[in-house]
Amino acid sequence: MPAISTNEDHPLLQIEELAVYFDVGGSFSVPLLTKRTAHVKAVDGVAIDVGVGQTVAVVGESGCGKSTLARAVLGLVESKRGSIRIQGQDSTALKRSKDRFKIIQMVFQDPDSSLDPTMKIKDTVSEPLVGLSSMNKNDREKKAIEVLNAVGLDNKFLDRLPRQLSGGQKQRVNIARAIVTEPSLVILDEPTSALDASVQAQILNLLLELQTKYNLSYLIITHNISVAEYLSDRTYVMYAGKIVEHGPTSAVINEPRHPYTIALITSAPIPDPKERNLLKVEIVGEVPSVINPPPGCRFHPRCPYAEQKCSIQEPPLEPIGPERFAACHFIDKTARAAGKASA
Amino acid sequence: MEDNSVLNVDGLSIAYELKTGAVRAVDNVSMSIRPHELVAAVGESGCGKTTLGLSIIGLLPSPPAKYVSGEVNFHGKNLLSLAPDEMRLYRGTEIAMIFQEPMTSLNPVFKIGDQIQEAIELRDSRGKRNVATERNRSASPSRSGTKTKRKQIIDVLNLVRIPDPERVADRYPFELSGGMRQRVMIGIALAQKPSLLIADEPTTALDVTTQAQVLKLMKGLMEEVDTSILMITHDLAVASQVADRIAVMYAGQIVEEGEVFDLFSHPLHPYTQGLLACIPSGSKEGKRLKPIQGSTPDLRSIPAACKFAPRCPYVMKRCEAAKPELTVKEGSHRVACYLHQ
Repeated sequence: MPAISTNEDHPLLQIEELAVYFDVGGSFSVPLLTKRTAHVKAVDGVAIDVGVGQTVAVVGESGCGKSTLARAVLGLVESKRGSIRIQGQDSTALKRSKDRFKIIQMVFQDPDSSLDPTMKIKDTVSEPLVGLSSMNKNDREKKAIEVLNAVGLDNKFLDRLPRQLSGGQKQRVNIARAIVTEPSLVILDEPTSALDASVQAQILNLLLELQTKYNLSYLIITHNISVAEYLSDRTYVMYAGKIVEHGPTSAVINEPRHPYTIALITSAPIPDPKERNLLKVEIVGEVPSVINPPPGCRFHPRCPYAEQKCSIQEPPLEPIGPERFAACHFIDKTARAAGKASA
Repeated sequence: MEDNSVLNVDGLSIAYELKTGAVRAVDNVSMSIRPHELVAAVGESGCGKTTLGLSIIGLLPSPPAKYVSGEVNFHGKNLLSLAPDEMRLYRGTEIAMIFQEPMTSLNPVFKIGDQIQEAIELRDSRGKRNVATERNRSASPSRSGTKTKRKQIIDVLNLVRIPDPERVADRYPFELSGGMRQRVMIGIALAQKPSLLIADEPTTALDVTTQAQVLKLMKGLMEEVDTSILMITHDLAVASQVADRIAVMYAGQIVEEGEVFDLFSHPLHPYTQGLLACIPSGSKEGKRLKPIQGSTPDLRSIPAACKFAPRCPYVMKRCEAAKPELTVKEGSHRVACYLHQ
């Protein structure tokens, strides 16, 4: 287990006011002549808590900053401001990446590119133990076999190479590698997006099994509302670098309140021809650039409820119900609209 | 088969000849598409749905692809019997295709307006006179004079509901978002007034809110442009939202086909049932998903009889002995499974 002190009162992961900016204009800008550097404000003031044993989903579309958020937690990108506390300790105290990786591991979207094509499966899975544990080679291999079996791969896979595996099997290897060091939190970045439907369901069930077996917490990054619904306890909805709504997953998905959450959920196709929700979708436009996000509320150019105030003043995240928060100046309007729809 | 069908694929088999032997990517596929109908070919990777689409429009590289048997009848004419020159009169004008990734389908160094104009000029130069299909095209624009080229370009952009078309026409593809680019592709395809549009995963690369807009647009344009659509997709939920009929493909074969309502209310083939049970809905506190066992098959080592047998929960002796044929179960609902014969 991790060497640092754990405090049960603290959430496992506590992100506050996190901002991650990237400089753009790089190759063509001349430092002394170019007055302003543009920033991609990929993550801009985000707060998220993940409790022990909890599953938290961050839902949003491409470019909303959800993957950058995950990378910042792992320390793979530097944050501009804000704090990330892991087991109550400021992550900057975990100077060596080794200390973070003992607690947090990650599974990436593309099962192909995240495996070394020249390494045998058993070596790929046992490699994290080389740096993060004091096990000898024999023990490392034993541990690797144990987790490979736990993810549903039997011993005949040990000496295989990634190219001899199907997409689903590769993702199982990625999951095995993430849990082999017995982390407390696993970040899953679009864990099933690259997989076929029949295989996606297997992986989702596997994740639930492993969570119980190894007492894991998950932070799931996904664009897929139904994946978030199936796996998570709490859902955060992200739009253009900001959290626009969060709360218990079933509440957020069944009674969305922020106009963007409503649009996102009604746009997700329901597998039932009797409920053709998609053809009724009213949202227009596309996700804005985060280099020059719209002023005020970032969703206002696409929002059916927007008024003048929305283009001037940015709405703060405010409580809207039990454990629920949303950032919208006119949250009462969506309640009325929801009421109308159900009436 | 129906005389008025736009497309009638009959017993089509296509193989890819590889060094290690031939694989059957499309295996004895028969399907038809009627006017104004949206048919979705649904299946997982490697099921042959893209090969099917490319074969209809004659874009399949041959070799390695080889037409083994069957016909692709378009308004009664077998496209597979045409010489390359003749096929060119159909491709793009009578049958158009859009692809998954709209960035790679547009030429990055030409302005949007120029690329649309090229499509319009191609349509006008062919005049569609050489094509055997004489359909009543009341909506076809005057071929000469009255409209300026610029106006025609703007019309196409308006058709696909692009805001501020005057400005967009002068932009390059990289300046547009993914959804805009796919709209432009749809505009270029439909500018030629094809009677069949093949859409290969048209919204897979798009965000959900954009996907919803593009699908709504495509569905709305079918009447306006007088076209039918063959949509190729891996997403049963998307298909259920827009399709009139669905053909479920597995390992090169159609295993079930029917009206969208029949297929969803009474899925007959174990594979279709499995796919539906795989779609997450509800929370983990509710019912667990029931995944299909195993993984999508490798066509090089696939059983000769029922190809789904190794993954099927209801597999019987005869499933491993002989191949079940696609037979009518009820009305127009067809299934290839011994459970229903």
